[in-house]
Amino acid sequence: MAEKFELNEVEVWDGNYATSQALRQAQVDVVAAYPITPSTPIVENYGSYVANGFVDGEFVMVESEHAAMSGCIGAAAAGGRVATATSSQGFALMVETLYQASGMRLPIVLTVVNRALASPLNVRGDHSDMYLGRDSGWIQLDAFNSQEAYDLPLCAFKIGEDMSVRLPVMVHQDGFTTSHKAQNVYPLDNDVAYNFVGDYVPVDEMLDFTRPVTHGAQTEEDWHYEHKAKQHKALMDSRPVIDRVLAEFKELTGREYKRVETYMMEDAQIALVILGSSVETAILAAKQLREEEGLKVGIIAPRCIRPFPYDLIRDAIDNSSNLKAICCMDKSAPGGAMGMLFNEVSSAAYTTNTRPLISNYIYGLGGRDFAIDEAKRIMKEQKAHADAGHITTNIQQFSGLRGPKLGFYETRRS
Amino acid sequence: MAITSVKNLKEFSTNNDRFEGAHLLCPGCAHSMIVRELMNCTDDNLVISSNTGCLEVSTAVYPYTSWDTSWIHIGFENAATAVTGAEAMYKARKRKGTLKDPDAPVKFVAFGGDGSTYDIGFQWLSGAMERGHDFTYICLDNENYANTGGQRSSATPIGATTSTAQAGTHSYGKKEKKKDIVSIMAAHGSPYVAQLAPNKWKSMAKGFQKALETEGPCFINTVSACTTEWKFDPKDTIHVTDLATDSLMFPIYEIIEGHELNILYRPKNIISVEDYLGAQGRYKHLFKPQNRHVIEQIQKDIDDNWARLQRREEARI
Ligand SMILES: Cc1ncc(C[n+]2csc(CCOP(=O)(O)OP(=O)(O)O)c2C)c(N)n1
Ligand code: SF4
Ligand SMILES: [Mg+2]
Repeated sequence: MAEKFELNEVEVWDGNYATSQALRQAQVDVVAAYPITPSTPIVENYGSYVANGFVDGEFVMVESEHAAMSGCIGAAAAGGRVATATSSQGFALMVETLYQASGMRLPIVLTVVNRALASPLNVRGDHSDMYLGRDSGWIQLDAFNSQEAYDLPLCAFKIGEDMSVRLPVMVHQDGFTTSHKAQNVYPLDNDVAYNFVGDYVPVDEMLDFTRPVTHGAQTEEDWHYEHKAKQHKALMDSRPVIDRVLAEFKELTGREYKRVETYMMEDAQIALVILGSSVETAILAAKQLREEEGLKVGIIAPRCIRPFPYDLIRDAIDNSSNLKAICCMDKSAPGGAMGMLFNEVSSAAYTTNTRPLISNYIYGLGGRDFAIDEAKRIMKEQKAHADAGHITTNIQQFSGLRGPKLGFYETRRS
Repeated sequence: MAITSVKNLKEFSTNNDRFEGAHLLCPGCAHSMIVRELMNCTDDNLVISSNTGCLEVSTAVYPYTSWDTSWIHIGFENAATAVTGAEAMYKARKRKGTLKDPDAPVKFVAFGGDGSTYDIGFQWLSGAMERGHDFTYICLDNENYANTGGQRSSATPIGATTSTAQAGTHSYGKKEKKKDIVSIMAAHGSPYVAQLAPNKWKSMAKGFQKALETEGPCFINTVSACTTEWKFDPKDTIHVTDLATDSLMFPIYEIIEGHELNILYRPKNIISVEDYLGAQGRYKHLFKPQNRHVIEQIQKDIDDNWARLQRREEARI
C-alpha cells in the first residue's frame, strides 16, 4: 500500500505540480516518461512520490518520448491505468505513436504542457504542439490554470476509460504561464479523488491468459477504412460522455467545466475565441471595455479541442442575437493557412442563422506576451468591422509582431 | 505440451502449436521456424511483441491472427519498448493484486527483424536493455529489409547485393561490413546474449530456454535465411543455414554476463565461405574476377572472427 500523502484544503501549486498530484491520486499503474521543458517537473514530482512510497505503480524512465508513448501503449494493452507528460519536441517525436495509441483504442492520459516547436528552438509556450496533435484521434482537453491542470486529468481518466469511449486523452496546459505559475488549488481528498476516477477496468488485456488477444493488427483497403470510421465515431460520440463526467465533477466539487466555456456572450456584439491561459487576459480585457466604453464583448473558450465542439460553438453564436464579429486567436504558426480556430469556428458559424464576420489573429508565438491592452485593441478593431459590416483589415493578422504589419487575405468590400 | 527436453525432431514436431501454420510468410521462410521454436520451448504464458516487418505483416492480418497467445505490434522500431511496457504493467498489477491469475507464469518476448534491431529500433532496444526489464529480445536476422523488398540494413554483409546497395558495373554490392550486434548487446551488461540458428534446433531451443529462464534483459540474434531476398530455392532453407554455420559465417555462441563466451557449435569440417556464398543469388556477382577480392575479404573476416571468438572463450573476458 502506498503511503498517505497529506494535503491541505488549499494548496499553492503550479500547473505541473497540480497535474502530478492528480496522477498520484488516480493511482496510475504505469508512468513511462521522458523529461522536456516545461513539462519536466511533472515527471520529477512523480518521481519523488515514487521515491517516497506515495505510489504503488511502476515508473519507467525511458530513453525518448517516442519510447515513452511506446511503453505506455504496451502497458495499457496489458490492462492498467497509464499516463505520461511531454511538451513540444518531445510531443513531435511521439507523433507516430499517438496515432498508434488511438488506433488501438487505449485510454492513456497524456499531459501536454504546450510549447513552441523548433526551429528556431524556443522553450516558451505556444500551441504548436497542441495543434500538431489535433488529427491524431485523441480527445484533447485544455486547462486554463493550475486548478484545472489538477481537475481535468482526473476527468480525463474517467472519460477515456469509459466503456463507450476507450480513447486516449490529452490534457493541455500552457507552458510557464500555467505550468510554472503557482496559484491556490483546491485538491480533493485522496480517496474522494480516486473514487471519482474509479477502478481501471481492463479490456482485451494481454495479461488475461485465458483469452489471448492480438493488438495492433494489419489492415489494408479491405478493413482500414471501417476501422478508422469507427474510431472517428467513438471520438464524436465521446461528447455526451465528456459532458456527463464534467457534470459529475461539478456535483462533487462545485467546479463547473464545459466543452466550450462562454463568458458574457448573452448580449455580446463581438467575441474573441481563445484558448489556454490567455482566456483570463481576454476576460479581463472584455470586462474593462464593457466598463470603459460600453463595448459588449464576449469570450468563447473551447475547452475541448477534439472532438471539436461545433455543436456548442454554433449554440454560442445562435444564442447571442447581437453578435456581429468574431475574432479567432490562434497561438500557433499557421504554416500557409488560416489558424486552426479560424477554420473550425468558421465552419461552425457557417451553419448559424447570423453568420457573423470572422477574422483571425496569430499571436503569442514562442511565448510573446499577450497583454490586456493588445486584447482591447483587437476587440475594438472587431467593433470597427461590425460597424462597417465587413472586415476592414486583412482577414488574417499578426498581433504583437515587431517590424512592418503583416496580414493576409483581403476581404470582399461592398 | 511444450518441450522442456526434446529428444528428436519428431517429438518436436508434435508439440502444441501456439503459432498457427496459417500465415502469409513465404514458403521456406526461416522466421516461422524460429518463432515456432521459441513458442514451443516453454510451457509458460507468453506476452509477445513484434516490430513491423515480414513476421508481423504475415501473421496478424485482420480479421485473422496466427498468435494463440498475447501479442502486440505497435511500429517498426518499438517492440522492445512495447513488451517492456507490458512487463512494467505486470509488475505493477502483481503488486496491487489486480491480475486475474497472479500465479500464472509468464514470459515477455520481443521479435524484431534486423532492420528494426540493428537500425531503426536500435535506440529502443538499447534503452530497454539498460533498464533491466525481464524480457528476451529475439532478432530474426535475414540481413535485409525483406518486408519492403530487400533493401540494405546494417546487418547486410559486405558484398551482398540489395535494392539500395546494388551490384552493378561500378559496384560489388554493399561496401560496409555487418554490425556486430551480439557484442554490442553483451556490452549492455545483459546476463545472456547468444547467436543461434534454426538448423541447430537443439542448441537453439536450449538457448531460448536459457534466455527465458534468466532474469533480466536477454538478447538473441538468430540467423533467418530468406528465400526471397537471398535467392535460393524454398526447400533449401535449412541447407543454406547449414552452409552458414559450417562456413562460420554465422558462428553459434553465447555470452553469459558479458564475458563468459561459449561456442555452442564447432563444425567438424569448416567449409569455405565460397560454398555458402555460391548457394545464394545475392552473392552471384562476387564470383566475377573483378569481385573476387571481396570473397577473400569475407573469408579473412570470418577467420579473424572465429579466432577472436575462440580467444574470448578461453580468456573469459
Ligand atoms: C518508421 C517506419 N519506417 C519505415 C517503415 C517501412 N518498413 C516496414 S518493415 C521495413 C523493413 C523490415 O525489415 P526487418 O526489420 O529486417 O524485417 P524483415 O521484414 O526483414 O523480417 C521497413 C523499412 C515503417 N513501417 N516504419
Ligand atoms: S521475404 Fe524473406 S523474410 Fe520475408 S517472408 Fe519471404 S522469406 Fe521470409
Ligand atoms: Mg530483415
